[in-house]
Amino acid sequence: MLEHYISLATKAIFVENILLAYFLGMCSFLAISKKVETSIGLGLAVTFVLTITSPVNWAIHHFLLQDGALAWAGLPEVDLSYLNFIVFIAVIAAMVQLVEMILDRFSPTLYYNLGIFLPLIAVNCAILGGALFLVERDYTFMESTVFGFGSGLGWFLAIASMSTIRHRLRYSNVPPKLRGLGITMLLTGLLSMAFMAFSGIDL
Amino acid sequence: MSLLSKKSKTVLTDPLMNNNPITFQVLGICSALAVTVKVDTAVIMTVALVFVLTMSNTIISLLRKLIPARVRIIIMLSIIASLVILTDQVLKAYMYDMSKQLSVFVGLIITNCIVMGRAEAFAMQNKPGKAFWDGLGNGLGYGLILIAVSIFREILGSGTLYGFQIIPTALYESGYVNNGLMVLSPGAFIILGLIIWVQRTITNVEED
Repeated sequence: MLEHYISLATKAIFVENILLAYFLGMCSFLAISKKVETSIGLGLAVTFVLTITSPVNWAIHHFLLQDGALAWAGLPEVDLSYLNFIVFIAVIAAMVQLVEMILDRFSPTLYYNLGIFLPLIAVNCAILGGALFLVERDYTFMESTVFGFGSGLGWFLAIASMSTIRHRLRYSNVPPKLRGLGITMLLTGLLSMAFMAFSGIDL
Repeated sequence: MSLLSKKSKTVLTDPLMNNNPITFQVLGICSALAVTVKVDTAVIMTVALVFVLTMSNTIISLLRKLIPARVRIIIMLSIIASLVILTDQVLKAYMYDMSKQLSVFVGLIITNCIVMGRAEAFAMQNKPGKAFWDGLGNGLGYGLILIAVSIFREILGSGTLYGFQIIPTALYESGYVNNGLMVLSPGAFIILGLIIWVQRTITNVEED
């Protein structure tokens, strides 16, 4: 059983990296990866929020929205799954707010470090993408927690490596029109190719 | 007398090239790349996004005087999410196979930065008419890049264009092989990077 979770996490981190294989969270990735410290801060915040929101969204989908999920309330024929999108985005926004408040109260240092990134995360595609994937792939509660954590870690890994590459890039002579967005795209392509090598692992 | 006033025309055509949402404003790349393996998925995605963006821009612009500034984000999100749900339901009802192929990416239009970005930057300050053209222009600008990327990926990766065989069979017989990398995600990144390079050379934009 444990083996199953480990292979799921490895898959989410390396083989099917949420950023490099599914292109989720590109906007903040491109905007933030200029500086190493801020990238690490945002990467941690994404991991944190994704680990928390995945099981919550799973529970809401499973007990309230799924086809026949309201059987416990005497409404077995109700299917609210079309409300998925709007409920998930509301849950994510609310969770981000909650996490912000809890951090502010109990861990001011962490709040100080992650503070400015937390509001940004509500509109990061990786978080909503994670929630939609776990519905589409029919994960169980534990699986979705592991998947959320793994995807977050994968995103962290991608942005952290990209920011260090871009840091080194300042000393290289890039054609003027390719600078900035263009070269970052090409480098992301190479990084994604490198991560693709992990798909050879048999899980 | 032309159909559009000069101002609306600029609002419409500017995002197609000089102020393109993807290559210039760096918005909306999240969902842009995953659907570009084939041209037909890219076209459907463009239609869906143009619809959501035009409608959300118009609606938000109509309500701009009623939306309190402090809660505007959540109001915008709920308007956008409702439009996306509508699009998703229509796709599921009339083009079920296509909606399976697009999987989660239709839902991700909600967090597509173009929609939020245009709502915040344009629709909140402008009249509904102008906001409509802005939404249409930005949606089409996004579609332009999306379809350009998908044309390259489909021809190089599968040898077809919109499902039709383009590379002649004789070429395959003489040893030509499809480039498998184009079907995978690195292909999308690299093609988009090159398109940005070409586009910025034409429009003469430089970043430091």
